[in-house]
Amino acid sequence: MTDVTTNPASETPASRKKTSLLTVDALTRKRNAAETRFKAYGVVAISIGVFFLAALLWAILSNGMSAFQQTVVSLNITIDVARLEAAEKSIVKTSKYNAIIDEALIAKMKDAGVETEMSGKDLRKMLSSGAAATIRDDVLANWDAIKARDGQVMQYDVLASSRVDGYLKGRVTREALARDKNLDAAHLDIVDQLVAKGTMVKSFNWDFILGTDASDNRPEQAGIGASMLGSFYMMLVVLFLALPIGVAASIYLEEFAPKNRFTDLIEVNISNLAAVPSIVFGILGLAVFIQFMHLPQSAPIVGGLVLTLMTLPTIIISTRASLKAVPPSIRDAALGIGASKMQATFHHVLPLAMPGILTGTIIGLAQALGETAPLLLIGMVGFIASNYPDGLADGFFSPNSAMPAQIYEWAKRADPAFYERAWGGIIVLLVFLLTMNILAILLRRRFERRW
Amino acid sequence: MKFTTLVSATAIVAASVSFVGAAQARDQVQIAGSSTVLPYASIVAEAFGENTDFPTPVVESGGSSAGLKKFCAGVGENTIDVANASRKIKDKEIATCAENGVKDIIEVRIGYDGIVFASDINGTSFQFTPADWYRALSDQIVVDGKLVANPNKTWADVNPEFPAQPLAAFIPGTKHGTREVFEEKVILAGCEASGDFDVIKAANGDDKKAAEKACMALRTDGVSVDIDGDYTETLARIDSNKNGIGVFGLAFYEGNTDKLQVATMSGVTPSTETIASGEYPVSRPLYFYIKKAHIGVIPGLKEYAQFFVSDEIAGSEGPLAQYGLVSDPALADVQAAVEAEQTLGN
Repeated sequence: MTDVTTNPASETPASRKKTSLLTVDALTRKRNAAETRFKAYGVVAISIGVFFLAALLWAILSNGMSAFQQTVVSLNITIDVARLEAAEKSIVKTSKYNAIIDEALIAKMKDAGVETEMSGKDLRKMLSSGAAATIRDDVLANWDAIKARDGQVMQYDVLASSRVDGYLKGRVTREALARDKNLDAAHLDIVDQLVAKGTMVKSFNWDFILGTDASDNRPEQAGIGASMLGSFYMMLVVLFLALPIGVAASIYLEEFAPKNRFTDLIEVNISNLAAVPSIVFGILGLAVFIQFMHLPQSAPIVGGLVLTLMTLPTIIISTRASLKAVPPSIRDAALGIGASKMQATFHHVLPLAMPGILTGTIIGLAQALGETAPLLLIGMVGFIASNYPDGLADGFFSPNSAMPAQIYEWAKRADPAFYERAWGGIIVLLVFLLTMNILAILLRRRFERRW
Repeated sequence: MKFTTLVSATAIVAASVSFVGAAQARDQVQIAGSSTVLPYASIVAEAFGENTDFPTPVVESGGSSAGLKKFCAGVGENTIDVANASRKIKDKEIATCAENGVKDIIEVRIGYDGIVFASDINGTSFQFTPADWYRALSDQIVVDGKLVANPNKTWADVNPEFPAQPLAAFIPGTKHGTREVFEEKVILAGCEASGDFDVIKAANGDDKKAAEKACMALRTDGVSVDIDGDYTETLARIDSNKNGIGVFGLAFYEGNTDKLQVATMSGVTPSTETIASGEYPVSRPLYFYIKKAHIGVIPGLKEYAQFFVSDEIAGSEGPLAQYGLVSDPALADVQAAVEAEQTLGN
């Protein structure tokens, strides 16, 4: 009989199918399929994202890397002091230097064994129109040394013109030059020979990283250095204004302020401010800082003030979040052993919240560093970053551009060499942003405490 | 915890930094205005900084109207000294200027710029007349003696000699000085040349002004696209729409001959020579305007103007001509006017 009496639990009712962990039934298959599909969607979404990122990076690098190399030509200039002194008496002094360059070029062709019937002026089309200024600047800077070397030959490395540079970078072709009045195919033959001789070389373009903006006539000379300083000064202003104001505001709101309708209103408005388009801050800056407070136009101080307004909400929100993340037990313990509220906050809560605050500040700064729109309205776009500031304090007030504004400006200009520089500028800007973000991550990793 | 001292220290630094600013005097010339004049102005500014002891002037762009508006905002160190314009200052702008205290304005003509019509390098070559452009872009044209909304869809509709390429034109937006020149020297001239002007004039009750306005009203059905940005944007549009024809400055075209081909106008190919001789019909003078009140206050302002119009810079052999400016045959008169600080209306 015992053989017959089976366990009632194992008796399967007709309505319920017998299931096993080993066999997969239809419902499980369906659920598994849904999960697989969802995973596939996720993978597709990520691959699309990665694809676009890769495409973007590829575009940036392939267009911009060439900006870090520049073609230079070495010239042997015979120093003639009387002539150099005479040049200083004319209105356009650099134009007198052009004649000196012409002679040096003709001599160079002879030395290099290049046969050409071009005049010095025609040959000079291969050089940057800034070459005369480069030589003159050096002569004026070392006037005493130059005077002592009257009649001697000195070697100067000057920039090749953007067309020649473009040819060596593969941007300019012989066919395109047929319709170009700036350079002829005959010049390219000379270029080829000079390159073979090694007197025309591509070298690392320090001028691009350290130099100032240049006019449309000489894109080969333009650099992002001055606008980098502009960005630096703006970031200083943002750091020294937004950090203390933001932190003070958040500590008060988070730790001291009474919770009432008024503080609620402030809170909502801070969140709203964080979402205000940055161009609005630009208009505000124009109206308040320039037209009302009479601060100078195009000055990094104004840019910094505008960006401070823009960054404040970000800093306040992240600071409040990190203050909130400090457990109440810390405050209670401090208060419990007799600390005042201020002591509890400044001695215990704030140090623990510091990593979060710094991370938020760095992210806010990175955001401000890449901002262009408000700068358009306060006159920081144009041919502006052509002077280095005279001194530390002057940097805040003398007209300057900023890195993203300079990139925007270059992208608008006619010569293709400026376009290449715009991409190169993007690389420089990205390096800065990446560094700041890595710094933020490191700070968080190193100091953040979890409870 | 030294945090409180840090906070107060930074606050003091920040406060002192933001208040010194107002007291500082400006030592460089500030310029704003036409994006057509910008390249010339920046070439001059750069050379000026190199060749004199004055700092390099600051040149902003944004269009002639925007520049003149800034120029007329008032007198003082936080206003600009020079406005670049690709057209003459308007009476209305002079009135606004005067209202804001900018009374003495020195007008300086720096030379001429050609406006060219260019299309994709691999596309069709065009030989335009102003009438073609009028019939392609005007809002209303005369068909069979009647004024109708412009029905033309392709260039072949406009002129049977052209291929049946869809009409697509990228023209400067209304804030650009180039737009006015385009309307007056191309559209209005075409309106008159095609004989439509008399019909439109009759339809407007013989009112010449109204008829001119009607002629220059452009169609809004998407065939003509206003470009508010720079020529780079026009170039990008042509790049993506190979049928498009864009309006460019001569200098811009000459810098991008690898991507663009230029169309002739009334049989004349635009070049510095044909523009200087007046053969090429679509050209315009370029100007800059100086606030006389700032001369002597802002160091280097008058010197900048003199430097700009000197023979070595604005002359036919100078760097501006090399970049594409057609130098002014009457440059000596301009130099004399700058020297004498001759103001508008005097």
